[in-house]
Amino acid sequence: MYFDLALDLFPLLAAALAAVCCGLLGNFLLLRKQSMMGDAISHSVLPGLVIAFLIASTRSPLVMLVGATIAGVVTVVLVEFVKRFGKVEPGAAMGVVFSILFALGVLLIEKAAVRHVDLDAECVLHGQLETLVWYSAPATISGLWSVETLDAIPRQIITLTIILILAIGFVSLLFKELRLASFDPALATTLGFNSTLLHYLLMIFVAAATVASFEAVGSILVIAMLICPGATARLLTDRLRTQIVLSVLIALFTAVGGYFSATIIPGWFGRDTVNAAGSITVFSGLVLSLTIIISPSHGILSRMIRRIRLSSRVALDDLLATMYRAQEQAQAEMSASDISDAILRSKPQPLLNRAVKRALIQRHRGMYSLTEKGQCAARSIVRRHRLWEHYLVDQAGLAPDHVHETAERLEHLPPVPPAGPQTDPQGKVIPDDPQVP
Amino acid sequence: MTVAYHKKPVLWDVDYDAPANKLIAIVGPNGAGKSTFIKSCLGLIPKASGLVEFWGQPYRKVRSRIGYVPQRESVDWDFPVSALDVVCMGRYRRIGWCRPVTRKHKVAALDCLELVGMRDFANRQISQLSGGQQQRVFLARALAQQAELYFMDEPFAGVDAATERAIIQVLRELKNSGKTVIVVHHDLQSVPEYFDEVILLNMRVVASGPVGEVFTETNLHKTYGGRLTLLSEAAEAIARTESGV
Amino acid sequence: MPLRIPILFHANMQHSIQEVTDEWPRMSEIIETVTFRAGYNTGMVIGGTALLGLAAGIIGVFALLRKRSLMTDALSHATLPGITLAFLFAGTFGLESKSLPVLLVGASVTGVLGVICVQLILHHTRLREDAAIGIVLSVFFGAGIVGLSYIQANAPGDSGGLNHFIYGQAATMRVGDVVLMGSIALVAIMATLLFMKEFAIVCFNDAFARVDGWPVGLVDLFMMALVVLVTVAGLQAVGLILVVSMLIIPPVAARFWTDRLSVLVLISGIIGATSGYLGATVSALFPRKPAGAVIVLTAGCIFVLSMFLAPKRGVFAHAIRRVSVRVKVAGDHLLEHVYESRQSTLTSDDFANFARMQGWSPLFQLLIRFALRRENMLGSKTRREIRVTEAGLERGARVSRNHALWEQYLVSHADIAPSHVDWSVDMVEHVLSDELIHELETALRNQGVDFPPSLEGVG
Repeated sequence: MYFDLALDLFPLLAAALAAVCCGLLGNFLLLRKQSMMGDAISHSVLPGLVIAFLIASTRSPLVMLVGATIAGVVTVVLVEFVKRFGKVEPGAAMGVVFSILFALGVLLIEKAAVRHVDLDAECVLHGQLETLVWYSAPATISGLWSVETLDAIPRQIITLTIILILAIGFVSLLFKELRLASFDPALATTLGFNSTLLHYLLMIFVAAATVASFEAVGSILVIAMLICPGATARLLTDRLRTQIVLSVLIALFTAVGGYFSATIIPGWFGRDTVNAAGSITVFSGLVLSLTIIISPSHGILSRMIRRIRLSSRVALDDLLATMYRAQEQAQAEMSASDISDAILRSKPQPLLNRAVKRALIQRHRGMYSLTEKGQCAARSIVRRHRLWEHYLVDQAGLAPDHVHETAERLEHLPPVPPAGPQTDPQGKVIPDDPQVP
Repeated sequence: MTVAYHKKPVLWDVDYDAPANKLIAIVGPNGAGKSTFIKSCLGLIPKASGLVEFWGQPYRKVRSRIGYVPQRESVDWDFPVSALDVVCMGRYRRIGWCRPVTRKHKVAALDCLELVGMRDFANRQISQLSGGQQQRVFLARALAQQAELYFMDEPFAGVDAATERAIIQVLRELKNSGKTVIVVHHDLQSVPEYFDEVILLNMRVVASGPVGEVFTETNLHKTYGGRLTLLSEAAEAIARTESGV
Repeated sequence: MPLRIPILFHANMQHSIQEVTDEWPRMSEIIETVTFRAGYNTGMVIGGTALLGLAAGIIGVFALLRKRSLMTDALSHATLPGITLAFLFAGTFGLESKSLPVLLVGASVTGVLGVICVQLILHHTRLREDAAIGIVLSVFFGAGIVGLSYIQANAPGDSGGLNHFIYGQAATMRVGDVVLMGSIALVAIMATLLFMKEFAIVCFNDAFARVDGWPVGLVDLFMMALVVLVTVAGLQAVGLILVVSMLIIPPVAARFWTDRLSVLVLISGIIGATSGYLGATVSALFPRKPAGAVIVLTAGCIFVLSMFLAPKRGVFAHAIRRVSVRVKVAGDHLLEHVYESRQSTLTSDDFANFARMQGWSPLFQLLIRFALRRENMLGSKTRREIRVTEAGLERGARVSRNHALWEQYLVSHADIAPSHVDWSVDMVEHVLSDELIHELETALRNQGVDFPPSLEGVG
């Protein structure tokens, strides 16, 4: 049995909530090129938490939330201050501020630990997802429909739910403003939306999400979820709305996928479960790298395929053009070796076979000639080539003896050269457009 | 020198033979590829095809004979060095790996500063210099390279009159001592006064040759008469297919 | 199928069981520790950490100047999976699985891999550097956490201590480990000093360096390799989360004090060494205080002091300079006003009016009067009026004339002085040097423009 209500329900719920919450907010950090600010805040809320705890002597979520939010805003203000008044490079300013604050937090946490409370510097990093065990869980899923279930929900999950609802409200209400402020802060301000205020609001939400996620999943997952889902979605779409929806789905998917990889995969090898927060982080990294490779629009693989396709089209185009030019020299048929010499390919056979298959050329007693269809295609290519040559010489003023190579590249590309005279700069006839009879 | 440079989104089929011992200006509108031209000559930008040769040899072999003044905006002027330190950088190659900068080299660097009229500012931190003074420091550094051929990217951009005079003075002295200088220039008015040769550039060489022959109304009109939209479109199409998008 | 037991991840569990309190050590103990006499081991740890701080401060300068500060953050987080992998593999290959060199090699491998991943993401996607760094940092660290939890739950034998690499534990280092750390630091220091010139030219202007024939890629790689070395060396003592701050904070703090690269390297090294020394000392005296945090806080204090107090670039110095310029300009305005109203005294009403027009706050008015009196521009003050001295009047006359000169100049010459027109018209009359005034006069005279006569005759 892979899913155990007692062991898995609440941790999974917490991970999913935290992931979605951070994934949602992370989109705007990404757009503002402030992803590292998420990292900085998630480090520097630590002293805020501990100080709030030391002052109030309670771990009530509200107190923690206030402490962390203040720390988050203080971080942003301090980074800005160091950057402006210290003339320090932004990255370094961020590094200085968050590491000092984090070190302060680590020292203070030891002080808090002296008071025998389980605030622990390492739990801050990787959370205590596994401790959200529901000891009196019902045996079956149908047993969940009772009032006791509500009582059993851990407060981490309640806090996360509230923050998530607030974050969704924030993003959907201020979507237009956030988009504008991320794209062009100056314009947003002149239009009357204070982009600095929006920025701070966003940072407050990030800090709140961070601290709400903290106890359950730890800061490392927060950082990953603030960046990875948004980045993955960014690689898949160019529209912000789609990107946000996608990032939330991806966050959800990675949370569930990562969680089960942590609990199930080690079991296959007869091992104990591993840390779920870490596993979700790794899972999000895997999803991202997979996207980088196979994303349909910007993926490495699809770009490679497109390049290969283009080069095979170019080869075909070159073959047809070569045969057309030979035809102009009154050589209607060419042997495979003639072609091989003309297009500088040692093994033209696969190319020839492909052209035959597409009925662009025909084979007759070992000699190749253009078919009707091939004739049309070839004419169109040569026409483009010569029109480009004409354009480059006539309009761009390049030397006539230089333009052949350039035209050779351009003839395969979408832009259409303007119609020109009857002959190209070398005096060769520019064929008519075969599409226009 | 033969520069046969070809393709790539911003610059098409440049073919130019630079005569020796001349002051040469590269002129053209914004985005015409002036800096790109210089940078690709120096191997800072990969070129799609073509050949750049200096004195009949590839660039790698004659590096020590070539000096370079980059655009002023290309560096962080808050860098913790003095004007003298920057000029000494021009001699680092001569000094060699791991060896310290000796007194001899400092004296040589000071002389270069003297030539651009900046000796008094040798110990200033570079951020405390005015724009024109920073430009002169860059020029002094190029002088310290003791090259035979200089590439300068917009040395006259945003400088005061005194600096402009100082720079052109230095350029003339360089020419008189048999050097060649290729300058990216943006001020059309001063071209005939300052330079011997001119290359008019707008995504391709519109015209090149002695200022008297080339620097004509028609050629200028061709250079500045708007971009060739089709050429830019084609450039973008090439860039797209290159990256496979 | 094995039993699935929730793992409670508590590194400090042992602490919460045993009663630990922070007691102040005796004075003699403190003095012994500070002066390296508190036992061979402690002394070694303190010395080694100081050396590490020195190395980090020195190489950190170049990471800062090359704008790679946050890259080092990704690098240090990426070392964790390497440590856990090295631990696991060393066990299978029969090596001593907790030997420091083995773990550090693992750390370096994944650290470098992390940096490479950042570059790959930048090269192959449209994500920006900040996102790339954040991705690598979190994903690699998450992998390390998975590895740690796997080892804790599954690895046979003694696996404790691996998580010390996260927050560091200087006090419990063995002598051999300290020697390793110290020698790596020493190598990094020597290499940096030897290649300072090359690093400087690449950091300042890489295009020029390339044209000048330096292998920029190689130098960059070497710089990064040194950063990796120092990071990895510091893992055990400082912990991987905070080791980067040893690379970032000292150079940033040192930058406030100097404009010279060599001095910057020196000061940064000293700050690094001081914080390393203090951190290790405190952690030796109070075993519960994590050395990494103390080191970073020491460096942080030095940073804060530097940022505010540094004489030229500090925040205070900057503010004082700004205020004093404003006071001087305001004082000039006042004297100009007096001169132009052809009086030698300033009535209180007049002053109040003028101040209101200029929008000066009462405090600012006080400051102006104080500054002017100190320069002997203003004389004795009665209830109704303030006397303006001879010198004050002359100053007023000069300012008034400069003002007129500059206006004339702007009207007739603005096009040929592009570097000067961005000066605010209001400011410029106060900052004109005598040399420049002379130049102005010549220029105006050559143009045949009328300008106010020289003050020499006014006397």
